[in-house]
Amino acid sequence: MTGGLTGRGVLRVVWLPGSDLLRGTCHCGAAHVAEGPVEVWEWLLAHPTGHGAGR
Amino acid sequence: MTGVTIVLMSSIPRDQWYVAAYGREIGQELFGRTVCGEPILFWRTRAGTVTAVSDRCVHRRFPLSEAPSRLVDDQVLCGYHGFTYGADGGCVAVPGQARVPRTARLRSYRVVERDSFVWVWIGDPDAADASRVPRAPWLDAPGWTTVSGMEPLRARFGLLVDNLLDLSHETYLHGGYIGTPEVAATPITTEVDEEAGVVYVSRRMDDAECPPFYAKSTGLSGRIMRWQDIEYTPPCLYKLHSRIAPPGVRPGADGSDPDAFHVEVVYAITPETEHTTHDFWAVARDFALGDQGVSDFLAEQNRTVVLQDVAALDVLERVIAAEPAGCQELSINIDTGGLAARRLLARLTGQGSGASRRRA
Repeated sequence: MTGGLTGRGVLRVVWLPGSDLLRGTCHCGAAHVAEGPVEVWEWLLAHPTGHGAGR
Repeated sequence: MTGVTIVLMSSIPRDQWYVAAYGREIGQELFGRTVCGEPILFWRTRAGTVTAVSDRCVHRRFPLSEAPSRLVDDQVLCGYHGFTYGADGGCVAVPGQARVPRTARLRSYRVVERDSFVWVWIGDPDAADASRVPRAPWLDAPGWTTVSGMEPLRARFGLLVDNLLDLSHETYLHGGYIGTPEVAATPITTEVDEEAGVVYVSRRMDDAECPPFYAKSTGLSGRIMRWQDIEYTPPCLYKLHSRIAPPGVRPGADGSDPDAFHVEVVYAITPETEHTTHDFWAVARDFALGDQGVSDFLAEQNRTVVLQDVAALDVLERVIAAEPAGCQELSINIDTGGLAARRLLARLTGQGSGASRRRA
């Protein structure tokens, strides 16, 4: 059993407990909460556009 | 007249390693299998190494894997006109004349036999790097017992990738085997390593019903901890690290986990053609080692589950193939990993984001 990924370029999407929301975290540390996977991947892959203050 | 050229892009990544067979399938006899649209002839030489060359005679394209073609020592003799080739693909004899044309050579493929699989490189041979063959060491490692098989799938390989990256379907398609209500109900965490090209999807069920697949193999019953960690290395290798334990039993801080049961469910997803797939599956366990009854049970159960997927995906392929291009689909939270996998596959084929379904 291994844990999650630990590389430097990892993008992470967590399904927030008790909600239907997804929080995407870029490898740069910026984060964004979205209502679905298409939106969260679009935001993560737009790096660095849109990155900065998370919400 | 003005011509219009339509270029159909393949959905199958090239310059990649693909599983062509289990090592046990390749002996000192001719074995043909199509991988990524390329018919390949395999055999094991007397020295014990697997060789792979084109399965078409250069003369009139007769399949060398088909009788009356035959293997004579380490040379293959075409059953149609007798062209004879060595293990490196070079032609050594043609009928009726002494001179062998210089171009009489079968394409040779790079092969690596590892972790019970025979991997073949599809693409530019000069780009093949054996160190990049992804690993599934449990399949033939001491301390593990493995059952395995392969089922033909009459669907494009991307549908199997979608299927395996979203295990919420276990609840609906595989109820009574591996599906319980908690699988679809439990949120997932999805990670992508952009540099390594790996998708990881984790679903940790700390209080779940024990499905028959695990109840009868481990002896646990009632409520269990069930952790599913998917690790997909596109395009071919998929691993599900499955951990089953009594409620509240977690791994130690040092990583030891003696009171849990570990199952490594491995799939090799190999395109046969644009619309058919070789669905290799294996189940390795670190308990009940060598217990034939448990092996028989897990083999029968997993094959049944695979065939449930095959039946569903065969139907889906027929539906998708008949639809016009551009039909919309809808993705929700459970698809986070599947969308990541599609994107990495699209990157490997140079076809944009891959976020929407692509036509082969």
